[in-house]
Amino acid sequence: MHLHKYEKIWLVFGIASLIVFLSVVGVSAFSHDHTPSGGMDTIDPEKVNETAPFDNPGVSQLDDDTYQVTIVAMAFGYNAPEMKVPAGKEIIFKVTSTDVVHSFTIDNTKVNMMVVPGQITTKSYTFEKPGKYLILCNEYCGTGHHMMSSEIEVY
Amino acid sequence: MIAVKDRKIALANIGVAYAAFLIGTLAGLLQVFIRNDALQLPAWLDYYQILTAHGVLLALIFTTFFIFAFFTTGMSKSIGTFGPKVRLYSWVGFWVTLFGTVMATVMIVSGKASVLYTFYAPLKASGWFYVGLALFIIGTWISSFALIGHYMAWRRKNKGHLSPLFAFMTITTIVMWLIACLGVVATVLFQYIPWAFGWTDTINVELSRSLFWYFGHPLVYFWLLPAYMAWYLIVPKLLGVKVFSDSLARLSFVLFILFSIPVGFHHQLTEPGISNFWKFLQVVLTFMVIVPSLMTAFTMFANFEISGRKKGAVGLFGWFRMLPWKDVRFTSIFIAMAFFIPGGAGGIINASFQLNEVVHNTLWIVGHFHITVGTPVAMTFMGLTFWLIPYLTGRQFTKSMQRLGFVQIITWTIGMLLMSTSQHILGLLGAPRRTAYAGYNNHPSALEWFDGILTSHVTMAVGGSILFLSAMILMYIVIMTMFLSPKAERPEDFVEFPLAESDKEHTPKFLENWAIWVGIAFALIFIAYAIPIGDMIQNAPPGSKGFITW
Repeated sequence: MHLHKYEKIWLVFGIASLIVFLSVVGVSAFSHDHTPSGGMDTIDPEKVNETAPFDNPGVSQLDDDTYQVTIVAMAFGYNAPEMKVPAGKEIIFKVTSTDVVHSFTIDNTKVNMMVVPGQITTKSYTFEKPGKYLILCNEYCGTGHHMMSSEIEVY
Repeated sequence: MIAVKDRKIALANIGVAYAAFLIGTLAGLLQVFIRNDALQLPAWLDYYQILTAHGVLLALIFTTFFIFAFFTTGMSKSIGTFGPKVRLYSWVGFWVTLFGTVMATVMIVSGKASVLYTFYAPLKASGWFYVGLALFIIGTWISSFALIGHYMAWRRKNKGHLSPLFAFMTITTIVMWLIACLGVVATVLFQYIPWAFGWTDTINVELSRSLFWYFGHPLVYFWLLPAYMAWYLIVPKLLGVKVFSDSLARLSFVLFILFSIPVGFHHQLTEPGISNFWKFLQVVLTFMVIVPSLMTAFTMFANFEISGRKKGAVGLFGWFRMLPWKDVRFTSIFIAMAFFIPGGAGGIINASFQLNEVVHNTLWIVGHFHITVGTPVAMTFMGLTFWLIPYLTGRQFTKSMQRLGFVQIITWTIGMLLMSTSQHILGLLGAPRRTAYAGYNNHPSALEWFDGILTSHVTMAVGGSILFLSAMILMYIVIMTMFLSPKAERPEDFVEFPLAESDKEHTPKFLENWAIWVGIAFALIFIAYAIPIGDMIQNAPPGSKGFITW
C-alpha cells in the first residue's frame, strides 16, 4: 500500500502524540491515584437503609485526616443529614441509590459520581476552599429530576 | 439514473427521515425556551417527554432512515439495479423499522416512556416501548441484509475483483452496525422485555448499562461513517479530482469497525461496577480511532490542495480560494468538516479517563454532540439532500433553491455556533444536561452559570431559534424538490449523483477479506468485554425492581 511521504510524517507525528498523551493520562491515573469515581462494592438495593454504612448516613470521622460521608440518593433527594466537612482533609464519599440511577455531583469540584442501584460509588476528594457547595443530580431520574439538589458546607 | 423501483425505496426512507426531522427540531425549539423559563408547557406535556422525542427522532430516526436512503441510491448506482428479492427485503425492512418507530413514538408521546433515548433501567417504560425499539433494530437488520445480499450477488459475478468503493464502505458501515446492535438486542430481548412485561421481577442494572453502551458508541459511528462516505466519495467529484487513495480509504474504514466497538466504557467512566483497569483499557482502544481520523483529515486536505492546484492556484494556501465555494453541495459539507475539528477534539477530552469527571453529564456533552452529530453529520446529510432528492425525483434544483440552500446552511452554522458555544461553557461551569429549568432554590452558584454574555439565557434561545428557522427552510427545500420543483427535461437540467472515480489498481485484496476484519473485531471485543461483563453477571447484586418516576 502506497503512503504519501507527507502522510507518513503526519501519521507518525499523530501516533507519537497519541502515545505521549495516553502515557500522561495513564501515569497520572495509576501512580498518582487520579482515577474517576467508581468502586466494586455491591449492596441489595431494597435493603439500603438496613445495610452499613447506609443505615446511618452522614458524616463520620475515620481518623485525624480522613472523613467519610455516606449518602443515600433517591427520587428526588439525598438522605444525609448535616453535611459539614473540613477543608484540607480527605473526604471519602460513599453513595448508593434506593431506586433509579442518579448522580451525586458537587458543583465547582471534581466530585461527579454516577449512583447506580445495587452498587456503591466511592470517591475521595479534598476541598481546598471553605464555602457552601451546591450538590445536584445530573442523571435524569424522573419528573422531579431538576429539583434534586442539596448542599454541603465546607468549614 | 437508477431504476424507478429503487428510487421509490430511497424516497420513502427520505420522507420518513424528514418527517422525523420536522417534529424533532420543533421539540428542540420548545426545549430551549423551557430551559430558559420563558415557556410553560400545558399540563399534559412534560419537558422530559419533549427531550425524549427530540433525541429519539433526530439522533435515531432521522439519521437511520436518511442513511438507508443514501445507501439504497448509492448501491443501486454503483453495483447495479436491485433484484426482486433485494427490493422485497428492502421494503420489508423499511416497514418493520417504521412500525417500530411509530410504536416507540406513540409510547413516548402518550407519556408511557419518558425514559430518554438511553432508557436506563430501572426506569421502567411500557413493555411496548421496548418492543418498538426491538422492531426498529430488526427492521434495520432486514434492510442491511438486503444490501448485503445485493453486494454478495455482485461479488459472485465479479470473482477476484474488489467491489466499488461506495459498495465497500456501505458494507463496512453495515457490518459495524450489525455487530454493534448485538449489545442492545441482548439487553432489550433478554433483560428489558421480560422485566417490563412482568415475567421477571428484577433487572441487573449495571449489565444493562454496559450492554447499552457497547451499542451506544458504535451507534455514533453508524451516523458518522455515511458522512465520511460523502467526504471520501462525493466531495472529490465536486472538486473535480479522483479519490485520493483507494487503499487508504478502505483501510481507514475497516479500522473504524475495529476501534468503534470495544470502547463503550468511556461513557461509563464515573460509575461503579467496572474496575479502573478495564475502564482505562477501553480508553486506550477509544483513542485508536484517532488514527483513521487523522488519515481521513489528511485525505480531505490533500483533495482540496490537489483540486486547487489543478485550477492554477499558487503559493502555500492559494488553493483555498479555488475551492468551489459557490456550489452549495460543497460548501455545506466543508462547513460540516470544519465543525468536526472542535467536535473531535472535544471527544478526546470526554474520553480522557479522569478528565471525564469535569464534563460528564453536563451541558458540555450536549454542546459536544451538537457539533458532532448535530452539524458534521447533519449538515453533510443536508449537503447530500440538495442533490439526492432532485436526483431521485427527476426534478430540477433551481437557482433559487441553490440560494435558499446557502441561507439554510449559513443560518444553521450561526445558530449552532451560538448554541453549542454557550452549552460548552455552561457545562464547564457545571450546569447539568437533561434537566428542565431549575434555579436550585436560587443557589448562588447556579445563578452564576447564566451570568456571562455567551452563557446567558438569551444566547441559547437566539441560537435555538435560528436553528429552527434553518430547519424550516430545509423542510421547504425538501418539499419543493420532492413534489413541486419543475421536472427536468433538458439533459443539463438533470441533477447528477456526484460519485468520484477511485483507482483500485494498487489496492491490496486483503482489505476486502471480511473474515480478517470481523475476526479481529470480535477478538478485540472479547478482550475488552469478556472479563468485566462476566464479572457483572457473576458478582451481581440483587436486581432492581422497575420504577416509574415520571
